[in-house]
Amino acid sequence: MEVAKIENVTKTFKIGEVETRALRGVDLSIENGEFTALVGPSGSGKTTLLQLIGCLDQPTSGKVFINGKDVTKLNRNQRADLRKSALGFVFQFFALIPTLTAYENVEMPLLLDHHSATERRERVNQLLVSVGLADRAHHRPDQLSGGEQQRVAVARALATNPSLILADEPTANLDTENGRQVMEIMQKLNNETGVTYVFATHDPRVIKYAKRVVTLRDGVIVENNGANKK
Amino acid sequence: MFQLIKMAYRNLNRNRRRSILSALAVSLGLALLLFMAAIIKGEIQGAMQTTIALQTGDLQVRAASYVEEKSSLKWQDLIANPDQVAAQVKSVPHVTIATPRLFATGIINTPSEAVGVQLMGIDPASEANAPIVKGMIAGNFITADDQNGIVIGQTLAQKLGVKVGDQIDLSANTSNGDINEQNFIVRGIFLTDTPAYDKGTILMPLAKAQAFTATQNHASTIFIMLDDRDQSNAVAAALTSPNYQVLTWQKMNDLVIQLEQLANSYMVLFYLIVLGITATVIVNTLIMAVYERTREIGILAAIGMKGRRIMSLFLTEAGMLALGGIAFGLVLGSLLSMYFGKYGFYIGNIGLNYQFLLGDRIYPILTTSDAINLTIIALVITLIASLYPAVLAAQLEPVEALHGK
Ligand SMILES: Nc1ncnc2c1ncn2[C@@H]1O[C@H](COP(=O)(O)OP(=O)(O)OP(=O)(O)O)[C@@H](O)[C@H]1O
Ligand SMILES: [Mg+2]
Repeated sequence: MEVAKIENVTKTFKIGEVETRALRGVDLSIENGEFTALVGPSGSGKTTLLQLIGCLDQPTSGKVFINGKDVTKLNRNQRADLRKSALGFVFQFFALIPTLTAYENVEMPLLLDHHSATERRERVNQLLVSVGLADRAHHRPDQLSGGEQQRVAVARALATNPSLILADEPTANLDTENGRQVMEIMQKLNNETGVTYVFATHDPRVIKYAKRVVTLRDGVIVENNGANKK
Repeated sequence: MFQLIKMAYRNLNRNRRRSILSALAVSLGLALLLFMAAIIKGEIQGAMQTTIALQTGDLQVRAASYVEEKSSLKWQDLIANPDQVAAQVKSVPHVTIATPRLFATGIINTPSEAVGVQLMGIDPASEANAPIVKGMIAGNFITADDQNGIVIGQTLAQKLGVKVGDQIDLSANTSNGDINEQNFIVRGIFLTDTPAYDKGTILMPLAKAQAFTATQNHASTIFIMLDDRDQSNAVAAALTSPNYQVLTWQKMNDLVIQLEQLANSYMVLFYLIVLGITATVIVNTLIMAVYERTREIGILAAIGMKGRRIMSLFLTEAGMLALGGIAFGLVLGSLLSMYFGKYGFYIGNIGLNYQFLLGDRIYPILTTSDAINLTIIALVITLIASLYPAVLAAQLEPVEALHGK
């Protein structure tokens, strides 16, 4: 089944008189259970594409479907609801809430989604175990290493059992060892639970984990290589 | 909800000094308002008490045709057989004091100048004189049969350069339009701490005042005190008769009451200014927080937090700042009001005249209703002002917010 589908999407940023055409007509289909890398030179539109799939932004033209539903028709609140339940995000800069502990950060999407206290406790503990951070549950982000923070972000992205996790250069700020750990955890969770991942990256060490590699250049897809599996 | 409070609390704790300073702005603003309100209330009530005790009493009975401003001495404008009338009044329930008084305008002649004074004939034995008897600082109070003794206020005595035992030359209008003049001896000097009173009042026995002004067995008024001021209208109704006018303290002090209303409306303006300033401090703090935490707001939005909830988060922060500030401000304002309420503070003679007898000290009075009203107003204004930064945060687009540092 298709988790996400992009149809002829364009995105133009306008700053004053200057127009930047970040995406110039992209068609892409993401199937359930994929582990897909989005690659391409800097400025090719990777982040922009992830943001459109992630309902963080609206395309200039074209359609975006999540689980078969056209999200370009949704209003702000409906998109927020969709992000909460169907999508998870991992950002390049460790995007945890600094005042909350690892545990509370992972719990946040569950709170927003009105899960019961018992449900939350079970889910958060289980996720922290699966990213190997059970013993760091009550540390705040500034008491965690970059790799640990990014693993917390992965756990948070998974909290509400979304269909799709979008990760924008999740390892770019990590050293090799930590980057490897994060990728392996994402891969393991993909294998075990079948949750779909799409991640943008420049890093060849990361690309090699991908089951499929989609290459962007100047806002269009120039290569869509499902065979490039490790 | 609990989560919001927890997050708000931790957010405030992040920049603890800034949060404390902002809350303190609310505290100081509120404390200032409470103290100001207490001063106004204290001043008005003080003026009211003083004026009632020294000047108007709780009630007065006068002849129907008496006009206060003229201090008329014509017999038809006065109460005949005042002792008898006073005795009748005294028998009415709630009346504790009923005593005749005669008012006349007088002039004290000194070699260099003529000083206008209010002449008051009183029954020296009456309890009504207590505020003056208590204020005697030199000599003795007058007795009923004293034919040439008077007591005068200290300010007047100083102005005339007289002391106990000295003579003054006093002239006054009489009932038939003549002017009478006589030398009187200063028996005592009083100080009521009410500048307007101390500088212009002369007291003499009623009988002597009547003789001096040719108003035999007449008085301007029956000065009445009650055991319960709230009964004044009921007692006034009981005393009503076609020959007399009965005036309550409210009626006689309508100037003070009007002044209170005027002061209250100016105070509203003052409240708004002070609260406007404190609200600006809070709003500024929150706007800074919104900019500092733009990226964080983006993250919360990305994981599905809706605008309404982001708004609630900032409003909760504002609410906590406001409540903390208000609690401390309430304590501060109450302590200030209580301290000065006990010891008073000196304002001296601020130059008001007879109509408005104001003591030279103000004792602030903080009423519960002032405290409650101001607290609620401060909270509401702060929260309304905080809507702006909260909406600012809620309206951030997730992508833009994520771009922020
Ligand atoms: N908010 C924006 N306003 C204006 N232009 C933008 C904005 N976001 C992206 N762009 C432009 O759109 C193009 C695509 O940007 P995008 O961030 O998607 O590239 P990318 O592939 O993620 O690059 P990188 O590998 O450096 O992260 C770039 O030319 C960029 O300058
Ligand atoms: Mg990018």
